[in-house]
Amino acid sequence: MSKLSWKHLRDSQLFWPVVALALIMLFNLIFIPDFFTLEIKDGHLFGSMVDVINRGAPLMLLAIGMTMVIATAGVDLSVGAVMAISAGAAAVLINPALGKTLIGSDKLVEDITATPLWVVILVALAVATLCGVWNGLLVSRANIQPMVATLVLMVAGRGIAQLITNGQIITVYYSPYFFIGNGYLLGLPFTLFIVLGVFLFAWLMTRRTAIGLFVESVGINASSSFFSGINEKNIKLMAYTFCGFCAGIAGLIVSSNVKSADANNIGLFSELDAILAVVIGGTLMSGGRFSLMASIVGALIIQATTTTMYALGVPAMAASAIKAMVVLIVILLYSEQFKDVLGSVIERKGVQPS
Amino acid sequence: MRKFKIERKFVPLLATIILFSLGYAYGAIQYEGMRDPQAFLNLFTDNAFLLITSIGMTFVILSGGIDLSVGAVIALTTVASAHLLEKEGLSPAIVIPLMLLMGAALGAVMGSIIHFFKVQPFIVTLAGMFFARGMCFFISLEAITISDPFYRTVALYRIPVFGSFIPINVVIALVVLVIAMYLAHFTQFGRTVYAIGGNEQSALLMGLPVARTKVLVYTLSGFLSALAGIVYSIYLLSGYGLNAMMLELDAIASVVIGGTQLIGGVGYVFGTMFGVLITGLIQVLIMFNGELSSWWTRIAIGLLTLIFIGVQSAFAASGEKRRKITVAARKKEKGEVVDYQVKSISFSSMEETEFEAFIRSNW
Repeated sequence: MSKLSWKHLRDSQLFWPVVALALIMLFNLIFIPDFFTLEIKDGHLFGSMVDVINRGAPLMLLAIGMTMVIATAGVDLSVGAVMAISAGAAAVLINPALGKTLIGSDKLVEDITATPLWVVILVALAVATLCGVWNGLLVSRANIQPMVATLVLMVAGRGIAQLITNGQIITVYYSPYFFIGNGYLLGLPFTLFIVLGVFLFAWLMTRRTAIGLFVESVGINASSSFFSGINEKNIKLMAYTFCGFCAGIAGLIVSSNVKSADANNIGLFSELDAILAVVIGGTLMSGGRFSLMASIVGALIIQATTTTMYALGVPAMAASAIKAMVVLIVILLYSEQFKDVLGSVIERKGVQPS
Repeated sequence: MRKFKIERKFVPLLATIILFSLGYAYGAIQYEGMRDPQAFLNLFTDNAFLLITSIGMTFVILSGGIDLSVGAVIALTTVASAHLLEKEGLSPAIVIPLMLLMGAALGAVMGSIIHFFKVQPFIVTLAGMFFARGMCFFISLEAITISDPFYRTVALYRIPVFGSFIPINVVIALVVLVIAMYLAHFTQFGRTVYAIGGNEQSALLMGLPVARTKVLVYTLSGFLSALAGIVYSIYLLSGYGLNAMMLELDAIASVVIGGTQLIGGVGYVFGTMFGVLITGLIQVLIMFNGELSSWWTRIAIGLLTLIFIGVQSAFAASGEKRRKITVAARKKEKGEVVDYQVKSISFSSMEETEFEAFIRSNW
């Protein structure tokens, strides 16, 4: 391999995330023998790898949306709450009880829906998108710091979700709804296709039109972008709206996966996971250059770490401590100061023999 | 004798105090139960741990950072202390200092990473939060009841105040408040915190100990979170990893409602107390109302935070304009080129004596 292409490879935003993912996979290869076994049951693909993709789908979606927001030098803390809102809206529309009136349990568990499924999905996504618009307006028009503006919805959002579901954990019994999170298409999880669809859409919009360039420009310097004739306000609004939309889909997937809508727990801490996925993907929190693919790899790293922890028998909640350590190491690897320290150590070693 | 005129910078603080008074007056008129002085003191009793955490958070936010790990550190303290007391049979005299040391150490590590590796506070404390929450479940998956006699005695002890009573927790919180106010307004550390929040670059150029102060701020926040954790475990007499869920949000909201600006450099520890009281008041009002469900608390706190941030940013914008105009005017006098990029460090760091006077007139 020539030296030039190696440097080119190393400078790519994808390089370090992929290395990290490879390291985790290597760890799995050594310590968890059946991690890579795939088997076909009833025409579906099963195995830990498929699990990583299936369980990681909501996180990947959030990471795509979050990348856009972070690229504009913002952050969206409300995605978890938005997930809960969209899941709550969907469950309320499906459940004939509408979360309010008491009905007999035999009727409650019937495999029917009060609203056609396409309306359910449309409304849930519309509500989530609206949440995104709200965030976008606060950030772009009211000029509130992104972290603070979205914090409001993060705090209030779960309350709103509770309001929608009337404080109940609504269980869904309508089986076609389960397809979103549990279904298989061509032997692969349906969620994979959703992620692919959203990713392709985002990729085409940012890399095949000028929007991506605008986003990066706004992220690097909003006011100079404004003076260059870019409508920075609308770019920001668009990023937050898209992030809300992605969170909406993620909410649908999660609620369909667990067959219920729990306003308190759906998407809990997922905003943190999403931000970490983006940061691991090498997109700087200060905005600017971004890579959707790297964020997806970041999400896979987080999900693979989690799945690995489960496979090793670490309790679900305790796994987050190890996840935190992994994340911290990755972030330190990105830090210029850390690289300097590391670089000077290596250099010294190189100088000593002479 | 100077004519009494409300300083511009005290307006947000006054707004918070007035809002709290109005809110409480409304409650007292509506519900008889709230007229009892005990109901007022209960605001402190139920939020003592939140007050302690929020004070730590105030320093962090004043320095222009954020600490998302506080709720998790509280949970970790409750679990770790419960485990050490109950399962290991250690004495509280060892456990409490150990916990405080642990909190301070966690904060110091996070602060060092933030400062020396220039990683965003948001990310580092986020990792810290995950770490602390996870550690809780490494220690124990279940809730542990604390039956230690010392904790029980402290929990049950009541100090009479004008016919009502307060537990020791409140005393701890108030002592912390007074020390924090002294730290913020009468020491070099406090002034450096304000200066860093105003403009870190200028603070550095002024020769202030930026590195030390920044690490100390997070250490203080970690220490106070651990203290809040001890207060919380005395309050609940149990330790569980899911305790104090989302408390960091309540703490941030309290600080913001208390008039501290999230961009750093502007705000008062004293205001944070009222921020905490308002959060508590919302809960109490919704509880007394009985019809509204408890999740309205979250919505109300969220909206209130939004309003305060909105007012602050409008306020800051007009203040910035005035400042720019005065800077421009001054420069024009000297015949210099007007530079609109001038960022002055927070004025509040220099006008301590006025704050002193304000506090005196309010005590």
